[in-house]
Amino acid sequence: MSTILKAINLTKVFSLGGLLSRTKITAVDQVSFTVESAEIFTLAGESGCGKTTTARMILGFEIPTSGELQYLGQSIQRVEDKKAWFKEVQAVFQNPFESFNPLRKVESYFFETVNNFHLKKNGERAEQLIEEKLQAVGLTYHEIAGKYPSELSGGQLQRSSIARSLLTNPSLLIADEPVSMVDASLRMSIVNLFREMSNSFGVSVIYITHDLATAYYISDRIAIMFRGNIVETGSAEEVLGNPKHPYTKLLIESIPQPDPHQQPKTLIKFLEEKEEYFRKGCKFAGRCPKVMDICKKTTPKDVLIDGVMVKCHLF
Amino acid sequence: MNCIINVEQLQTFYVLEVLGKRKTVKAVNDVTLSIPENEIYGIAGESGCGKTTLLKALFASIDPPLQLFGGKVNYRINGKYINALSLSEKEKRELRWTYISYIPQGSMSVFNPVKKLKTTYLNFLESHIRGKAHRDLLSLARQHLEELGLTPQILGAYPHQLSGGMRQRIAIALSTLLKPEIILADEPTTALDVVAQRAVLQLMRDIQQELQNTIVLVTHDMGIHANIASRMAIMYAGKIVEEGPTEEVFIHPLHPYTQYLIQSLPRIGDKTTRKSVPGSPPSLLDPPLGCPFHPRCPRVFDRCIKETPELDQCNPNHKVACWLKRD
Amino acid sequence: MGILKDLFKDYRFAVGFILLVFLSFLVITSFFSPYDAIKWLQVPRDKPPSWSHILGTNSKGQDVFWEATFSIRNSLIIALIAGLISRVIAVLVGFVAGYKGGISDRILMGLTDGLLVIPLFLILVLVAMLLKEAMTLINTGLLLAFFGWAWDARTIRSQVLSLREREFTQTSILSGNDTLSLVSKEYLPLTIPLIFSTLINNIAWAIGMEIVLAILGLVPLAIPTLGTTLQWAITYQAILLGHWWWILTPVVLTILLLVALYWFSVSVSEYLDPRIRIQRIGVK
Repeated sequence: MSTILKAINLTKVFSLGGLLSRTKITAVDQVSFTVESAEIFTLAGESGCGKTTTARMILGFEIPTSGELQYLGQSIQRVEDKKAWFKEVQAVFQNPFESFNPLRKVESYFFETVNNFHLKKNGERAEQLIEEKLQAVGLTYHEIAGKYPSELSGGQLQRSSIARSLLTNPSLLIADEPVSMVDASLRMSIVNLFREMSNSFGVSVIYITHDLATAYYISDRIAIMFRGNIVETGSAEEVLGNPKHPYTKLLIESIPQPDPHQQPKTLIKFLEEKEEYFRKGCKFAGRCPKVMDICKKTTPKDVLIDGVMVKCHLF
Repeated sequence: MNCIINVEQLQTFYVLEVLGKRKTVKAVNDVTLSIPENEIYGIAGESGCGKTTLLKALFASIDPPLQLFGGKVNYRINGKYINALSLSEKEKRELRWTYISYIPQGSMSVFNPVKKLKTTYLNFLESHIRGKAHRDLLSLARQHLEELGLTPQILGAYPHQLSGGMRQRIAIALSTLLKPEIILADEPTTALDVVAQRAVLQLMRDIQQELQNTIVLVTHDMGIHANIASRMAIMYAGKIVEEGPTEEVFIHPLHPYTQYLIQSLPRIGDKTTRKSVPGSPPSLLDPPLGCPFHPRCPRVFDRCIKETPELDQCNPNHKVACWLKRD
Repeated sequence: MGILKDLFKDYRFAVGFILLVFLSFLVITSFFSPYDAIKWLQVPRDKPPSWSHILGTNSKGQDVFWEATFSIRNSLIIALIAGLISRVIAVLVGFVAGYKGGISDRILMGLTDGLLVIPLFLILVLVAMLLKEAMTLINTGLLLAFFGWAWDARTIRSQVLSLREREFTQTSILSGNDTLSLVSKEYLPLTIPLIFSTLINNIAWAIGMEIVLAILGLVPLAIPTLGTTLQWAITYQAILLGHWWWILTPVVLTILLLVALYWFSVSVSEYLDPRIRIQRIGVK
């Protein structure tokens, strides 16, 4: 097991506003994690917690304000050579219907990938390579040949997206909410795909989601993000089965389990996002049931307990 | 069971004309439902199964390209059943918001982005309650918000200053201001995260408890139905395939589609492999003949391909549309 | 040709297309004119329409019909030069500003806004006055092109800005495409309806502008265009003297031309609109 990717104190600050008044929003704040080979690592959290921004930084679509990214031990400050990078790292996005240009045939992206990255070896035809990857995701070339995105279903489109990303045989695949827009009845087969790929192709997957049930089902390790910070990192069983950080506990409790025999939940407080972003000290202090004085003043440090990294003053 | 809305053999299709060719999308294809009063009623189904269209029809809002091809939607008003689809625009307007309310998907866009929430609320109230001063209307609004556990100060804010979850709850508060007997909610929690979702569901439960009215909740998320719906219906390809008390449907699902759906949901604490339904949802442009689920059903047999099963009583209170249950 | 058939189902396209064909036919016949375009006193003056002169003759001693064919031809030349050149500038500026963003965007938009703020009409008049004799057809076209790209550059930039945020941009980048391929393969097909409709609008604007300049006497009045014809007719008191054939011809032709252009533009834009194209994909 080797470390594929290492993020060290990754930070991204966005500055908004005009010439006269600018506000800074720290979307990602000192985020550190590692991704091992052939594992599924989940970044989970509510919308606005910074998970997508982190993914964009890894892909090179955003430049980190500070911090370091290491790939296979080598530091990559900025993604200079995009092409070389995308041979190693690929991505799949949330909306299958938007992932392809509605006026272009889906297969054109496949051929483009093969040609741009010079994936054909002597004598091989592009169609063979493409068919191979399509079959790995449960599709056939015949199914998608000549079709436009509007002629395929959400499930087929998302599978095509995954197949395309596998063409370069990447070592890291970033999946940003890949099934949230796929029909409920088809979701699991696509989620299972990520597991299969990790097992058979040795691809590491950074799975980004806010759906903890699916995260539990598929991940090896998981990191919970809250307003730009990672508050808890560890194995999926430990973090989701035995949550330590009060925010993780809140998240897990709030999931509507598909089981009618549940206890009614306790009432919760609700604060506005902006307030929490600009908070000094621990960002969760505003609604933490176990808040202490120190939480409002100092940012908690990361503490390692039982193999789980937690960012909380309670420990 | 006292019903407050009765749907009889409703058929509403979208008719589109592209390049001179007519395409008909059979969004609601022969639906019969009785929605009881004083309950939270859930309608589950995937995207494209017709549930949003059904909700629009329940609200009697059938506008082109949607057309009515048959059936009735009966409201119970003052003890009598009136077909909402046959009412005039004026009559419908009088019922809306006072008798029946609609919370559309993406409620965030309900509010005018350049006006304070206060103004939207005032405009809304003014158009339904005549002859009261602004001050009185505002205090009515504030009182309502307080009853629901929301801070009345929020009226002074602009929509963009609030988070998605908060906006959604304010939108729900707005639609329940005039204490309607029926509230139709279309995917009220999509695009919200788990914690905001919990707050919204809490709010809806509180409203129902207080007003003792009916909430019809449409969502594809089975977890939500399990949480707050007391009865539910499963919709597939424009038809209702199963209907009954939520507990029954979850513990003893009768229709193969429901069975697959429930079994495929992941749960924390359980890592056993889950399978999804084979195949893909049918296009409503060209739904399969016979039972709409037959191309994907693992237990399909001859009759399923030729005849469409009706929604039939299987156990007391639990209905299913499947030929398996007839024999 | 299946495309033409589909387009003809829209009555606006049918009428616009036929009118444009008719007007183009007139333009072509202008090359076969038995009369010279510029010389005066080639035929008896002020004669009402008759068999030998279908639309009569004007006060300069020219056949109105043949004058009309020259007018349309020259007006269209000016308008086409103006429209096409301003498109090229608008597209380049819009795409670069929209896609690159940052400093290039600020500079380009500063330039664009500067041009937008200038009181167009006054400057055009000023420049035209200064260039009086040098205002050939081509120069008039170029002048109009220079002032005609700014607004559309902004519109195109907005389109590109929104396209940049769509997920297929990322898919394309991940497929290894460089910026040029990205822009030409992904964005161009989606912005073509916009570019096309602004082209036609620009042409229509140029025709109108030329008429205005002509009436102010800023276009060399010897060259027959829709504007100059009108100007001469007014100078020679055609309305007062009842020479209706001379003054009505450019007016009617201009109206026909503008209506044809408008309907043509609207129907083709709708046909090219990506959302409608997507709907059509299923029908085949």
